Amino acid sequence: MAAGELRFTKTHEWLLVQGGSVTLGLTDYAQHELGDIVFVELPAVGKAVQAGDVVATVESVKSVSEIYAPVSGSIAEVNGALDGSPGLINSDPMGEGWILRIALSDAGQTAGLLTRDAYDKEIGA
Amino acid sequence: MPYIPNTDRDREEMLRVIGASSVEDLFSAVPAGVRLRGPLEVPGPLSEIELARHVGELAAMNRTAETETSFLGGGFYDHAVPAAVRHVTRLPHFYTAYTPYQAEASQGTLQAIYEFQSLIARLTDMEVANASMYDGATAAAEACLMALDRGSGRRRIVVASTVSPATRAVVRTYLLATGAEIVEVPHARGVTDAAALRDALSGASGLLFQHPNHFGLLEPAAALSAAAREAGALAIASVDPVSLGVLAAPGSYGADIAVGEGQSLGSPMGFGGPLLGFMAAGKKLVRRLPGRIIAATQDASGRRGYVMTLQTREQHIRREKAASNICTNEGLVALAATVYLSLLGKQGFRDLAVQITSKARYAAEALSGVAGVRRAFPGPFFREFVVELPMDARTAADELAKARIWPGTPCAPSFAGMERCLLVSVNEQHTRHDIDSLASALGALIASRRAP
Repeated sequence: MAAGELRFTKTHEWLLVQGGSVTLGLTDYAQHELGDIVFVELPAVGKAVQAGDVVATVESVKSVSEIYAPVSGSIAEVNGALDGSPGLINSDPMGEGWILRIALSDAGQTAGLLTRDAYDKEIGA
Repeated sequence: MPYIPNTDRDREEMLRVIGASSVEDLFSAVPAGVRLRGPLEVPGPLSEIELARHVGELAAMNRTAETETSFLGGGFYDHAVPAAVRHVTRLPHFYTAYTPYQAEASQGTLQAIYEFQSLIARLTDMEVANASMYDGATAAAEACLMALDRGSGRRRIVVASTVSPATRAVVRTYLLATGAEIVEVPHARGVTDAAALRDALSGASGLLFQHPNHFGLLEPAAALSAAAREAGALAIASVDPVSLGVLAAPGSYGADIAVGEGQSLGSPMGFGGPLLGFMAAGKKLVRRLPGRIIAATQDASGRRGYVMTLQTREQHIRREKAASNICTNEGLVALAATVYLSLLGKQGFRDLAVQITSKARYAAEALSGVAGVRRAFPGPFFREFVVELPMDARTAADELAKARIWPGTPCAPSFAGMERCLLVSVNEQHTRHDIDSLASALGALIASRRAP
């Protein structure tokens, strides 16, 4: 994983903060809980998002989960590889299985997010 | 013993949550005039023999397409139904089964639905079809919801004014709570003008058109689909399935979603139904498709089996984010359509559409030959056409009905300014004699009104 500041949310997203953008994916804990992921619905690049908005949908064999934007900004990039290989989220959730990148509307939005220790405590790891 | 075991405490709690002070307060929105204040005024019980006689007398008062010479259509059609359709649909295994709750235990039902989906997909030239919808109107409305639910932020549906008035009314109802804007575009000489759509389509989510349209006329379906696509909107084609025996299928002219009413496939015309909506689309929309989808798969020993698939779109898993709140399908009516289509076969289905086309053309010429009567719109049509009379169309229909001839559906009041117009629908059961009788009865009526 590229250098940057790693943060987590209570809704099981990880974020890699690099300057004015964040890369977002599902945590290993979340992919494990969901089971085999069969479909990922990605947003349009350029779409404006508010913190708390649903930005993507992840469908596994047993459920569908929403991915929430933890920060406000606009969709800078989506992981097109997930269209054909949604299982990348299972096999490499924090690498090849990244979901999307958000260009932050303003800095400082990531301050309130969880550190790895805090997230581990959250999931009882 | 109360059937619904709510205790007084339950009731109090529910009233408190919704903010009503009493049950009476809850019902206060119901106008006093329509509230029932005493027992229903119905006659007392009858014996089985008395009841059968009573119901028989009531049934004998019905006037049906079998007892009359009917040219009624406008979305629902009186086709000959082979006896085998009724036989198969009345098999108790099918007839008594409600939508399968233990779906995979009902392999026969699932297989029948799978065959239905396959037939609809082939008929519409689309990649996937669902297990059916309530009716054609709700199928069209659900397709509009699919168009809105694409995360695009677009909130407008463009509807051609040549779509059946009933369908348009249901679309308005279904979309009421979405806050979406519905723009109806006017027609020119009975058909939708693709060029005139451009402004309405800019920023729209979807375009709903009907082909052949409510007047029986062929819409420029390919141009309409292309206009929708250029504007980034989904093209939704509402089609008469029987027309697909001779007309190009929605998939071939670029429609994104095909919907329609399937009553004409093996079910009689009934006041209140049952009806059958069908819906088909391209694979890329499969996760937005409402209702059930049955798939074929293999069991552990490699034998073919049928399962419900993509259930994650449905309410029991996705709750309020489900593609739709339809949790069922029109199982028995879909079965009738499946048997009907299978019996006719590809060539038989084509022959049916050709025969209807020929008879409708003969009828249009016969009626145009009546003094004072002319076709309201030029252009090619399938199955039905609008004629303009030299008198009020409702009056003419009422007069001819006295002689057991139902000449068609008056276009007004659904279409303002068309008070003298009648939508005449022709099917394969009409004989030359039926059509000639209609023309001469209409001619006589018009002549009698002209006489001093």
